[in-house]
Amino acid sequence: MKNKIEKQKGKRRWNNLYFLGLVIILYLFLFFFSFENAHKSLKASGNILIKLIPVFFLVIFLTGLLNYFLKPKAISKYIGKDSGVRGWILSVLAGIISHGPIYAWYPLLKELRKQGMRQSLVAVFLYNRAIKIPFLPVLIYYFGLAFAVILLSFTIIASLIEGKIIDMLEN
Amino acid sequence: MISSFQDVSWRRLRKIVRDLSQAQKGNRENLINSFYKSFKSFGASLPVLIGVVLLLGLFRVNVSPQIISSIFSGEFFRDVITGSLIGSISAGSAITSYIIGAELLREGVSLFAVTAFLVAWVTVGIIQFPAEAAILGKKFAFRRNLVSFILAILVSLATVALMMMIR
Repeated sequence: MKNKIEKQKGKRRWNNLYFLGLVIILYLFLFFFSFENAHKSLKASGNILIKLIPVFFLVIFLTGLLNYFLKPKAISKYIGKDSGVRGWILSVLAGIISHGPIYAWYPLLKELRKQGMRQSLVAVFLYNRAIKIPFLPVLIYYFGLAFAVILLSFTIIASLIEGKIIDMLEN
Repeated sequence: MISSFQDVSWRRLRKIVRDLSQAQKGNRENLINSFYKSFKSFGASLPVLIGVVLLLGLFRVNVSPQIISSIFSGEFFRDVITGSLIGSISAGSAITSYIIGAELLREGVSLFAVTAFLVAWVTVGIIQFPAEAAILGKKFAFRRNLVSFILAILVSLATVALMMMIR
């Protein structure tokens, strides 16, 4: 299982570089085709990037804090422990504070399922991963605070609805 | 509902917090390590982010708004479903989706469609589907993704409607 994750990680890293390489090749073509347009495109990209850099630093800082204060293994201890109201609340919270790539969580969730965690709570957990605290500055930067707050509130409500639906389908 | 909270005494809550946190006194190494890890993981996604930004620059200069409006027609429901579909088949860091979403807004795509796109990006994973199905079960993965797809549309409708009411 671990090997599989490592493999996927490696694959992902290469995919990341492939994409950038592809874009650079596109640029090279454009440079031959129309130097002016390529130059303009680079300038436009630079403008977007410069505005983003301070936000990126905030993201790195927040992720660092989250890494420092939370251990993923410890989070998993508290999700799905009981299926009452508290189980739902804990699943929502765990989904929100969990971080890292999604595939890192699948094996852990499988383990928890074996220990009796309900499917609906797995769904609630996965849905709330949509809320990324470290990325909030980027969301607010582009869409405004009001939008971010409303979207995240509805995301939490939707996660509970999804859990209920999964529950109903299961029975 | 209240009774189920009563057994969470303060002592237990404190224990949970302590259990979750590795921030103990004098644990300086951990702090440095945490930030190093966050720096590294951000660095790993940086090629994609830079690629996306470069692509957007390319789009801004070379792709006319007509091409975008040929995908997003301006027709309300079709656009929302299109947004949700594109979000579903895309994968990657949520930051990428925010950057692309903002660009779509700039090009005149409706906030409804963009919101559906943002939500589907993080809740529906067609690319991760094989992994999810293999580990958590095919039936579960299928149901979860299907319900998430529909909910992405509903969340978008609710969010933007509320935004409009506030303004």
